[in-house]
Amino acid sequence: MATTKRTVDVQLSTSGLDAQGRPQRVPLVTDESGNVMTLDTPPGIEPELAGDHMLINIGPQHPATHGVLRLVLELDGETVVRCIPHVGYLHCGFEKIGEYRQYNQIIPWTDREDYLNSPGNNVAFALGAERLFGIEITERCTVLRVMTCELSRIMSHLVWLGTTCIDIGAFTPFLWAFYQREAVYKLLEDWVGARLTTTITRVGGMAADVPDGWVDQLKHFVRTFPKTLSEIDRVVTRNGIWVGRTIGLGVMSPDEAINYGLSGPMLRASGVAYDVRKDFPYLDYETYDFDVAVGTAGDVYDRYLVRMEEMRQSIRILEQAIARLPDGPVNIDDHRVILPPKSRATSDMESMIHHFKQVMEGPRPPVGECYVAVESPKGEKGYYMVSDGTSKPVRWRIRPPSFVNLSAIPKMVEGHLLSDVIAINASIDIVMGEIDR
Amino acid sequence: MNSSAPFTPVIAGSAAAAAAPVTPRNLAHRGGPASPTADALRERFGAAVKRVDVVWGETTVVVDAGRVTEIVAWLHDDPAQQYDFLVDVTAVEFRDGEQPIEVVWHVRSLPYRRFLRLKVLIEKGQKLEVPSVWATYKSADWLERECYDMFGITFVGHPDLRRILMWEQYREGYPLRKDFPLRGRFSRSEQLRQALAANPEARYSMDELSIAQAFEDLPEEMRRRLSAGEKTGE
Repeated sequence: MATTKRTVDVQLSTSGLDAQGRPQRVPLVTDESGNVMTLDTPPGIEPELAGDHMLINIGPQHPATHGVLRLVLELDGETVVRCIPHVGYLHCGFEKIGEYRQYNQIIPWTDREDYLNSPGNNVAFALGAERLFGIEITERCTVLRVMTCELSRIMSHLVWLGTTCIDIGAFTPFLWAFYQREAVYKLLEDWVGARLTTTITRVGGMAADVPDGWVDQLKHFVRTFPKTLSEIDRVVTRNGIWVGRTIGLGVMSPDEAINYGLSGPMLRASGVAYDVRKDFPYLDYETYDFDVAVGTAGDVYDRYLVRMEEMRQSIRILEQAIARLPDGPVNIDDHRVILPPKSRATSDMESMIHHFKQVMEGPRPPVGECYVAVESPKGEKGYYMVSDGTSKPVRWRIRPPSFVNLSAIPKMVEGHLLSDVIAINASIDIVMGEIDR
Repeated sequence: MNSSAPFTPVIAGSAAAAAAPVTPRNLAHRGGPASPTADALRERFGAAVKRVDVVWGETTVVVDAGRVTEIVAWLHDDPAQQYDFLVDVTAVEFRDGEQPIEVVWHVRSLPYRRFLRLKVLIEKGQKLEVPSVWATYKSADWLERECYDMFGITFVGHPDLRRILMWEQYREGYPLRKDFPLRGRFSRSEQLRQALAANPEARYSMDELSIAQAFEDLPEEMRRRLSAGEKTGE
C-alpha cells in the first residue's frame, strides 16, 4: 500500500530524540484513503488518542509569560505532552554592541538586560572589569556595593513575588510587594537619580557617594520591610489555594538541577546549597553572617520559600553592612581609570590630561581574560571578558541565569496540567531582557 | 495538599564546608598556582592537553578538539574532580584575523569549589566544528545552540542544533563574528523587505506542525510547500 507523507522527514534538523530519549515528533502518515496512520507513539500516551493531540500557543504577547516568551505546547487533553519554548523576540545584540564600547560605556547596557536587577548587574560588570584591570577597590565602595546588591535582590524578589501571586490568583500581595519595591526605588533615586536603569557603578568605584541622610533612610527601610514580608508570609504561605497550586509542580531532583545548569533559588529549592556568595565569595561576602536558604522538594512551593527566606537574609546582610560602613573615599585614587574631579580638570594640567585621555581613548586593561560571577536574584550571573589590550573588549559574554534556568522548562512542565505551566513558568523568575540580550 | 511538605526552608551552610572559599584578592596578572585539575588532566590525557595558562588567578586548559567529549566526561565523573556544573559555553573571535577562534567552556566543581576554563582553538580556515558536551551536561543544550546561532560553530552530537535567538529564516550570517558589521549585513531596506515578505504562517516550525492536526488547518499552498520539504514558511 502506497503511503504519502504529509510532513517532512524526521531527520530534518534533529536526531528525532528529545532530552528524555523519546521520539521527538509524531509524523503523520496517511494511506490512500486519507486515514491517519501514526508511526511512533510516545510511551505513556494512549495510541488511539495520539492523533487528537492539540497544539496550543502561549505568548509571545501574554501577561503570564512575563515578557515575550512563547511556549508551544502539545496537549493530550489538558496534560502537557511536550513543550517547545521560543525565545529571541527581544534580542538586541548586547554582546555585539559591547565590543564597540569602552568599559564604562558598557555599564548602561548591563542595566537593560536583567532590568529588575540593574544595580546588581552594574556591580557584577564593574567587578569583572576591575579584575581585568587589576584594580582593588576601596573599603567603603565594597560595603556600598554589598548594600546595592542586596537592595537589588530584594527589589527583584518582590517583583517576582507580586507577579507570581497575580499569576496564581492573589492580588493583594502584589500591591504590598510593589509598595515596598517603591521604597527601594526611592532609595536608589536619592542616590543616583535613576530608578530602573541605575548605572550605579564605575570601573574602580561608584557613580556617586551616598547623599547625607541616605543611610538613615536605609535603616528605616531595613526596620519596616520585614513587617511587610511577614504580612505576605501570613497571607500566602499557608494559604490553601497557594499551597494547592504550587506543591509538587515542576520538581527537579538535586542531580537533575545541577545537570540542567540551574542556579540561584531554582537550584537551592532542589536542595543544593550552592550560592556564589558563599562558595566563590566576592565583595567580602565571606565576612558577613548569613545563611543560605535551601529547599527540599525542588517544586514551585519550595522556590517560593527559598526566595522569601533570601529576602530575610538580605535584610540581615544590610544590617551588618550599615553597621560596618566605613568612612573614606569611594573611588580609587588612580586617575587613569577614574575621572578626576571636574574642578581639578580645569585647573591642573595633569588632571586635564587624564580627563582627555579617558574620554577620548578610554582606559586600557592589559591583555587577558576573566570570568566573574555574582549571585544575582535569578542565579549565577557571570561576565566573561576578553581584552586584547585596547580600550574596548574583544568579547563581552553574559552568562544569563534566566536563560539556562528556562532551558529546563520542557522537562519541568511535562506531564502537568496547562494551568500549572503558568505557575511553573512563573517560578523560574525569568526576565526576557536577560534571556534574549 | 501534601501534609508532609515542610513549611519552613531548611537553612544550611554552604555546599562544601571543608574546602576553602576562593577569594579574588591580590591576583597576579599572569602566573600563579594553577588549579590541581590541570596537572591531573596532563597526567591522564598527556598530549591532548596543549597548554595551561593562569590569568588573573583563573586556570585555562587548552585541549585537543577531538578529545573534548572524553575529557569533559572524565572531569564530570572522576571522584577527585567532580566538575558537575557547566557554567557556560561560548566562543571568542579576535580582532586580529590571524588568531584562531576559541571555543570556551566554563565548568565548576561544586563539591571541591573549583573553577576551570577549557578551551579549544580552531585555526583560521579550518572547519568550525567541535564535539558537543550535551551527553554529559544537559545545560549545554541551549548554550551550544546560542553559540551556533551567534558564531556558526557546529557542535557535533547536539540533538537539536538550530538557531535560538535569531529566527530560523535569518540569512545574514552569524552576528558575533568579527566580519559581521554592527548594523547587520543587509541594508535597512532589504531587512524591511524581508520582514514584510515573511509569511505569518511561518510562526510554527515543522516540528510543531507535525503535532496533531495543526497541519490540516494550513492553507493549501503552505501545505504543499511544507510537504516539499521547506523547513518553515518564508
